[in-house]
Amino acid sequence: MMAKNSASELMRRDQVWPFLQPAAAGINVDKNVILYIEDLNLSFDGFKALNNLNLYINDGELRCLIGANGAGKTTLMDVITGKTQCDSGTAYFGQTINLLNYSEADIAELGIGRKFQKPTVFEAQTVFDNLELALKSNKRLLPTLLARLSPSEIDRIDDVLATIGLTDMRFQQAGALSHGQKQWLEIGMLLVSEPRLLLIDEPVAGMTAEETERTAELLTSLAGKHTVVVVEHDMEFVRSIARTVTVLHQGSVLAEGSMDEIQSNPNVIQVYLGEEA
Amino acid sequence: MKQALLMLGCWLALWSTQTMAETETTPSYEDLLIELTEANLNTTQPILEQIEATEHPDVLVLFKTLLDGNLNFRKADQALISIIDINGTDQYTEFSTGTAIDPLGRRDVTKIRVNNNLRNYLTSAIGRLQLTSPNPELRKAAVLSLLDNLQPSTAAELTRLRTEEDNRSVLASIDLALAMYSAESGDSTAAKITAIDKLSESLEPSARNLLFSLERDAEDPAVQDAATEALKKIDGKVTFYGYVDQLFFGLSLGSVLLLAAIGLAITFGVMGVINMAHGEMLMLGAYTTYVVQLLMPGYINYSIWVAIPAAFIVAGLFGILIERCVIRFLHGRPLETLLATFGISLILQQLVRTVFSPLNRRVAAPDWMSGSLEINPVLSLTYNRLTILIFALIVFVALLLIMKKTALGLYVRAVSQNRDMAKAMGIKTDRVDALTFGLGSGIAGIGGVALSQLTNVGPNLGQAYIIDSFMVVVFGGVGNLLGTLVAAFTLGIANKFLEPITGTVLASILVLVFIILFIQKRPKGLFPQRGRASE
Amino acid sequence: MTLWQTFLSRRNSLGSPVLPFVTILLGLTALAAVGNLWFPPESALHVSTYTITLLGKYLSFAMLALAVDIVWGYCGILSLGHGAFFALGGYAMGMYLMRQIGSRGVYGDPVLPDFMVFLDWDVLPWYWLGMDQFWFAMLMVLLVPGLLAFVFGWLAFHSRVTGVYLSIITQALTYALMLAFFRNEMGFGGNNGLTDFKDLLGFSLQADTTRVALLISTALILAGLFTLTHWVLKTRFGKVIEAIRDGEPRVRFLGYRTDRYKVALFVYSAMIAGIAGALYVPQVGIINPGEFAPLNSIEIVVWVAVGGRGTLYGAVIGALLVNYAKTRFTALMPDGWLFMLGALFVLVTLLLPKGLAGLYGQLSTSWKRDQTDQHPPNKEATS
Repeated sequence: MMAKNSASELMRRDQVWPFLQPAAAGINVDKNVILYIEDLNLSFDGFKALNNLNLYINDGELRCLIGANGAGKTTLMDVITGKTQCDSGTAYFGQTINLLNYSEADIAELGIGRKFQKPTVFEAQTVFDNLELALKSNKRLLPTLLARLSPSEIDRIDDVLATIGLTDMRFQQAGALSHGQKQWLEIGMLLVSEPRLLLIDEPVAGMTAEETERTAELLTSLAGKHTVVVVEHDMEFVRSIARTVTVLHQGSVLAEGSMDEIQSNPNVIQVYLGEEA
Repeated sequence: MKQALLMLGCWLALWSTQTMAETETTPSYEDLLIELTEANLNTTQPILEQIEATEHPDVLVLFKTLLDGNLNFRKADQALISIIDINGTDQYTEFSTGTAIDPLGRRDVTKIRVNNNLRNYLTSAIGRLQLTSPNPELRKAAVLSLLDNLQPSTAAELTRLRTEEDNRSVLASIDLALAMYSAESGDSTAAKITAIDKLSESLEPSARNLLFSLERDAEDPAVQDAATEALKKIDGKVTFYGYVDQLFFGLSLGSVLLLAAIGLAITFGVMGVINMAHGEMLMLGAYTTYVVQLLMPGYINYSIWVAIPAAFIVAGLFGILIERCVIRFLHGRPLETLLATFGISLILQQLVRTVFSPLNRRVAAPDWMSGSLEINPVLSLTYNRLTILIFALIVFVALLLIMKKTALGLYVRAVSQNRDMAKAMGIKTDRVDALTFGLGSGIAGIGGVALSQLTNVGPNLGQAYIIDSFMVVVFGGVGNLLGTLVAAFTLGIANKFLEPITGTVLASILVLVFIILFIQKRPKGLFPQRGRASE
Repeated sequence: MTLWQTFLSRRNSLGSPVLPFVTILLGLTALAAVGNLWFPPESALHVSTYTITLLGKYLSFAMLALAVDIVWGYCGILSLGHGAFFALGGYAMGMYLMRQIGSRGVYGDPVLPDFMVFLDWDVLPWYWLGMDQFWFAMLMVLLVPGLLAFVFGWLAFHSRVTGVYLSIITQALTYALMLAFFRNEMGFGGNNGLTDFKDLLGFSLQADTTRVALLISTALILAGLFTLTHWVLKTRFGKVIEAIRDGEPRVRFLGYRTDRYKVALFVYSAMIAGIAGALYVPQVGIINPGEFAPLNSIEIVVWVAVGGRGTLYGAVIGALLVNYAKTRFTALMPDGWLFMLGALFVLVTLLLPKGLAGLYGQLSTSWKRDQTDQHPPNKEATS
């Protein structure tokens, strides 16, 4: 069945073969929307992690996703970045690119960067090497083998090092950094890769109040040039950065709006903010 | 009351005298044999009649030997000796045991002579014995022994017996004999063809041989065609039973794989510990069987019941030792665990080589496991493979119950899913680890007992199974016991069906390649665990 | 300023172990060669031909260890099947050497090797064609292991088979190949393999000069591959490889197609193993299916583990030490070696997870710390 389908797919005359198609030339954001998530469904052994999820993210916006554990926040990010295959639905990046057809590496190259819940940096390598790896560059085999850092690239890395406050530790092994510093390094890796869309999972977990404040500043400054989606449990932090907040509940969108609207939404009060409000 | 007791006493006395009288009047078969050596030609017949009445299984052979004039006795102890001329040299055999003995001098033995009267008696007795034995299996065997030499007289006798016979399987063999008779020398072509049709239902080699000769030599072309047709039908059946036979061998290999892999399904599948010394646990189990047998030389039939728990304990203790001394220090480092346990497997192999010698050892099978179950003339299942198949399933079910129903099983699953949480809940993770590992290894030891019944026991026994076992576990889906069962039998059957086509070596290569490709396609096995936790 | 610092750090990390390693390796080889050819047997400085051959064998093992270290130490791919690539390279060389025998075989057939005559074969199988040409055989030494590694790696890495699973299927791979090569019908001499070689490029394999030349070539090629590998691993490609070892999913999210990187590295490593096999065969004079045995492959891993994975010189030193120990030990008590080897596996993984090189690293850092404690002003220079 599968084979037959793919065979007839190969024979179609109205389109060229997938591998002959030019790589996505650019992201079409004519309608000012950069991410269209429509009717996304995913279940693990009967548990519906995503349930007819619909979500639209505007270009250049800073969006916060909140929701209880198991609401589907991280799973949604997994699907967008290609880590997990969903059962049905679409996820368009701009108007033309269906993300579900791409692998993780392709999606990263299209301009979607991700920071994980648990900071994942390459601990055996220096801070500088970590950033060099993340640098926006040609990531095919041969170019990587022959790559040399250009002065402008080194400047770029230095800028980011200054932004994340790790200039003094540039040649230290990343494994020797504190938890908060690793979070920063990971954000730095996102920055040097210059993505169009940043997906940031719990950026301030394990940070001090001061660091949290700086992170909030940084994220707000990023919005506009980049589109930023933040998943966070820290309500104070969300309030400090958010313009629009989306609440997820049991795999679908429960409410969307400004922080004040969300907090007065009776549904939200019932299922999530209940004890706080 | 008193009367009742008295009557009981009388009755008891009566009964006992009666039984005593019986034993006095019917001498045992062995005594009769001695009487036979002392009798003269006139007194022989009553003794022979008494012998016939004992219905001892050897009577038939005895009469045949006597009829052929081959029965003698040794003067020293009156033991019966059969002397059979084979290609000009006399073969001496002790009759009661059937063992060959050194030739004796002419003066040491005396021949038991028979005259014509006795010969007539013997001939009819042999016929009676063969066809009217109370044991239906013997009757059937008698009929089947007649198949190759069907005379009109035997046919008549069989027709008569058929009316008296009520055992279905004996009836079937009589019918077969009659059909063969009429197929060969029936009155008309029609009768012959009907008989041939009947023969096409049979799988007896002699029926098949008859059909071959009919196909070749029969004068009537219609008979020839019928024979061809019948042969085709038989061939179809033979092929079918050939497949059944292969299936059985496949299941048998599958059960061995299951026994080898099921312990691994616990240690690797559930605990996530990769134990390359698992094969050596099988080997230890097999050597334990060998040692137990050495320790109880006279009790081969019972030693296996001692060997099973012994193998479980020996292999289990080794497993716990390995876990305590090495594996627990390597938690979360699967590749290092792999290397360390490989080292252990080398040490164990060399240990066995040093202690027992590098040569293979043979483990004797108990009586009840030798021989085979004959389903029909072309299909027989050997008891040892059948036993091991059932044994493997029992072990599997027992293990499944342990994992699903006992506290240990619950702890094991809890620890394997979240060690820290389990620890926080007060589970002694160290003990659970050790016990689980011991359980997995012990079961491998039991598998070794089963293996020792199929192959010779040698230091490399385990090595041959380690890769296969891993393949089974990976193929079935890690952490899934039922998957292991399905995978073991699938691989076993696939292997045995490939073997006749490709040869043994190529078959195992093909299965390996298949699994490698399969893992590419479905890295999580046949029955994967899904969900975020499985990442 | 920053550029200068970067440059400094790069130069330091690139230069360090290569120059001493190459110098010591080539220096010792030269000494051994002079000792064998110039000094007469009765001289105290004479190096016997047996020793020369032994050294050559050790060096090709060192090359094999290098190959395993590249994938295991740097990319976390524990291959338990590198013996297969080694053996394939060896068989390619063996086929060339078989064809070189020509009509000097026992049966005197000008084309067919003895074992084929023995099997009553009339024509050379197609895969033996061209093997009489040295360049072609050498091409096969690279291509056959490389191709196998490519196909296998592509299948495995593309479907993301990792960790222990990968190790086991690599072991199954070499096991399957061993079974296949044991078959006479395969056309590689079955059980006995390929042996009774006469000469290589026209030079007799029995001659001392050929033996010394083989040792020198092995040393030169090892030095070359060591330098090349060192360079490869210091490029950004190498950083990606190391990053894959420590967090493959993360590397994918950075936009690198990790499966291609792994396949490339695996093929490179398999080719090195193939070259090692090709150098091994003329020095020991035989190649048989035993080389495919899973135990052989796993022994290589022990060499690397003992020496210290993740450092190229560690792998080489490990191979030399363990093999020297094996030679001495099997001569003293043949049965004991497997006990030794098994104990080595257990002890190294338990006590020396980073091998001897790691031990050296620990000692030297603690020594350095002592130094800096004594001379606080030096701190700036080291940071």
